[in-house]
Amino acid sequence: MKAFAALFTAVDQSTKTTVKTAALAEYFRTAPDEDRLWTIALFSGRRPKRAVTTTQLREWAAERAGLPLWLLEESYPIVGDLAETIALLLPPATREADHSLASWLEALADMPKRDLEARKAFILDAWDQLDETGRFLFNKLITGGFRIGVSRKLMTRALAQATGQDEAALALRLMGDWTPQSTSWHALVESPDPEENESRPYPFYLAYQLDDGPESLGPTEDWLAEWKWDGIRGQLILRGGSHHVWSRGEELMTDRFPELARAADFIAPGHVFDGEIVAWDGTQPLPFNTLQQRIGRKTVPKKLLKEAPVILLAYDLLEADGQDLRDTPLAQRRARLDALLSDLPPDAPIRPSPRLGFDTWEGLAETRATARERRAEGLMLKRLGAPYLAGRKKGDWWKWKLDPLSVDAVMIYAQQGHGRRANLFTDFTFAAWNGNDLVPFTKAYSGLTDAEFNKITAWVRRNTLQRFGPVRQVKPELVFEIAFEGIQPSPRHKSGLALRFPRMARWRHDKPVQEANTLADLQALLAAYG
Amino acid sequence: MTEPVLIFTERGIYCPAGDFHIDPWRPVARALITHGHSDHARPGHGAYLSTEAAAPVIRHRLGEITLETIRFDERRQIGRATVSFHPAGHIPGSAQIRVEVGGEVWVVSGDYKLAADGLCETFEPVRCHAFITECTFGLPVFTWRPQQEIAAEINDWWARTAAEGRHCLLGAYSLGKAQRLLALLDPEIGPILTHGAVENTNAVLRAQGYALPDTHHVTPDLDVKAHPGALVIAPPSALGSTWARRFGRASTGMASGWMRMRGVRRRRGADRGFVLSDHADWPELHEAIRQTGAERIFATHGYTEIFARWLNTQGYQAEVVPTEFGGEDDAAEGTEDAA
Repeated sequence: MKAFAALFTAVDQSTKTTVKTAALAEYFRTAPDEDRLWTIALFSGRRPKRAVTTTQLREWAAERAGLPLWLLEESYPIVGDLAETIALLLPPATREADHSLASWLEALADMPKRDLEARKAFILDAWDQLDETGRFLFNKLITGGFRIGVSRKLMTRALAQATGQDEAALALRLMGDWTPQSTSWHALVESPDPEENESRPYPFYLAYQLDDGPESLGPTEDWLAEWKWDGIRGQLILRGGSHHVWSRGEELMTDRFPELARAADFIAPGHVFDGEIVAWDGTQPLPFNTLQQRIGRKTVPKKLLKEAPVILLAYDLLEADGQDLRDTPLAQRRARLDALLSDLPPDAPIRPSPRLGFDTWEGLAETRATARERRAEGLMLKRLGAPYLAGRKKGDWWKWKLDPLSVDAVMIYAQQGHGRRANLFTDFTFAAWNGNDLVPFTKAYSGLTDAEFNKITAWVRRNTLQRFGPVRQVKPELVFEIAFEGIQPSPRHKSGLALRFPRMARWRHDKPVQEANTLADLQALLAAYG
Repeated sequence: MTEPVLIFTERGIYCPAGDFHIDPWRPVARALITHGHSDHARPGHGAYLSTEAAAPVIRHRLGEITLETIRFDERRQIGRATVSFHPAGHIPGSAQIRVEVGGEVWVVSGDYKLAADGLCETFEPVRCHAFITECTFGLPVFTWRPQQEIAAEINDWWARTAAEGRHCLLGAYSLGKAQRLLALLDPEIGPILTHGAVENTNAVLRAQGYALPDTHHVTPDLDVKAHPGALVIAPPSALGSTWARRFGRASTGMASGWMRMRGVRRRRGADRGFVLSDHADWPELHEAIRQTGAERIFATHGYTEIFARWLNTQGYQAEVVPTEFGGEDDAAEGTEDAA
């Protein structure tokens, strides 16, 4: 663990990507095979399942520190990270040992098989032999997303540097449903001809947001335009006799969308499609909240299959007849895609996402303005001559979203943030007027600058009316413009509605609290766009 | 029921028997000042009283004021109150203020730390009936390592960075922390440069006889290249400013108790965070309170509510002092004192 802790410290002490990459590459060169394999797993989101609850961890830590639980609970929101809070609170270790990262992780992976007493003994024993950084990392491994400033992309780049292999080829090899228990460093990284894995997806190409108009992109004839659908990005893989569906987050979703199995009835093996999974009414997508009922369900009841059937609106062809097409220009890929899908019967679960014809950017802007009616979030612009790249790269793919909807709302509750935002009030609840009452309708966490959060934090401290644990009720005085992408009915909420991607567009210093929007205004938006 | 020795008003801590305030935040006729940090020594009072050691900095910062001085441990009668000042170990000249009225003794801690830092007068416990204590770091997550270990970390960082041919830019409050760091740095590693705010305070303290190593004031015409491998001490606000650009790809550090928290360290955007505070940590707060022998404790400046609640479970009669600052963790973003 000491070598891994040293790596963490090096990464944590720098804000520069090159320094982080170099530190990680050095670790990949020198660490034992099992440790580097686990390191790849950690930074690609393959953490062992959590074997103890955070409640248990809190109780055991307080007990070990000789402090009442409430004092730990009060400290946690101030530190902003449970793993760190516990590491800081515990008394110094009583002995020193240096087990490898792999041995800790394998022990954690083994925990579900052990009874609660054994788990507790194991964790107390670990705390007792790790130093502060070691404890923090150990706690992080147990508690949650292992985010310590190393993205998957950075990790892949470091691995490429350390092994002398091509970054894109490595990225491809690291995809799929392997675990450190199911493979080895050699098989995953070094084996020159990795065994063909029929289910393996290609790394997704991700678009950047187009902040200004498209005029800077050059001649319109270089570009393809299509709707930006409000669904789930997915890759449909037809190879051998089977099919697989992957999410952008590299989650296997095959069983969640059984409808897509029928794609194999129409298309030969050896094809891979990139597209958007949407709930479909036969002619156009259903609202996102219909699709939402399918998300998170591992098995789908028949009724839901009928009410919210899905299809794949395909917009790219990554593999055809077993051949990787990613280096061919989009124009060719798209032509093959259209040829493949154009004559399918209407009940096929895959369709081409239509290309939008346009001659001028102004004309396209008019089309974009109708996106909400088409149940789209805006447009995608893709360069016809571009290959299919891996990850988020600037230049060839742009999302040109509709301007968000927005309302002015009153802040009524505030809560402190986590991690980098520890000790700052950053998480707010907003309300709209209903007569003389303020009805909460959304939370928002983002969109303001650090300087603004600092100011609001000082204001919250002076204007707290009441505390409910970590939540402060504040004087209803501050007004913010809340921007959001969509609105839908929600019986679970007091306001009867829920927003998609709400954030603070700006602090309305100029707006008196009485002039904030009303619940009726929100209901009108719901009627128009819900 | 006799009148309390001290009461808490909207101007700050007030002694009715002596008709004076201690570290008041609004203008008053007579103010006793624990030390020169701006949230304790404010402008606009009719008359000031501070220790001899704290007076030069207070004069330097507040300009033309009516300031009387008192020696550490000297007793002085003000009305029906007897007051004396005792070392608080926070910064050079900083004091706790003892107030005795009719045999009842209350002590206002000001800001303090227990561990000797080699520069300022070491904290001296004062027996009392009631102790008004700061609790800037009144949470069990705040524990400090020995100063020598932190000094070694800083010197090691400096030596490595200098070896790479880069400068170190160390953010520290200009009164107190900066001078404490100066005393901890190893001048063998390279030259030490200072921002004007730091250098002005250095001059005041040097004139008083506090021993500080040689420093070079960073003036607009200073040739940075003539000082390779230098470490620069500047107020935190100067880091990331246009002023700091002249040092190129400098490695940046922050020395503060808040650096104990990774989130704060990351938000500050410094490469390195050194956990070095001029305030008492959690164990020191308890030790200081125990040494006073006081049964009544008033918590101010910091995590007051949490700290008072905890002290009540430990057999003390503890209360929260309301302050202008909302009385809680408002120091997270670093007022001058919040180190």
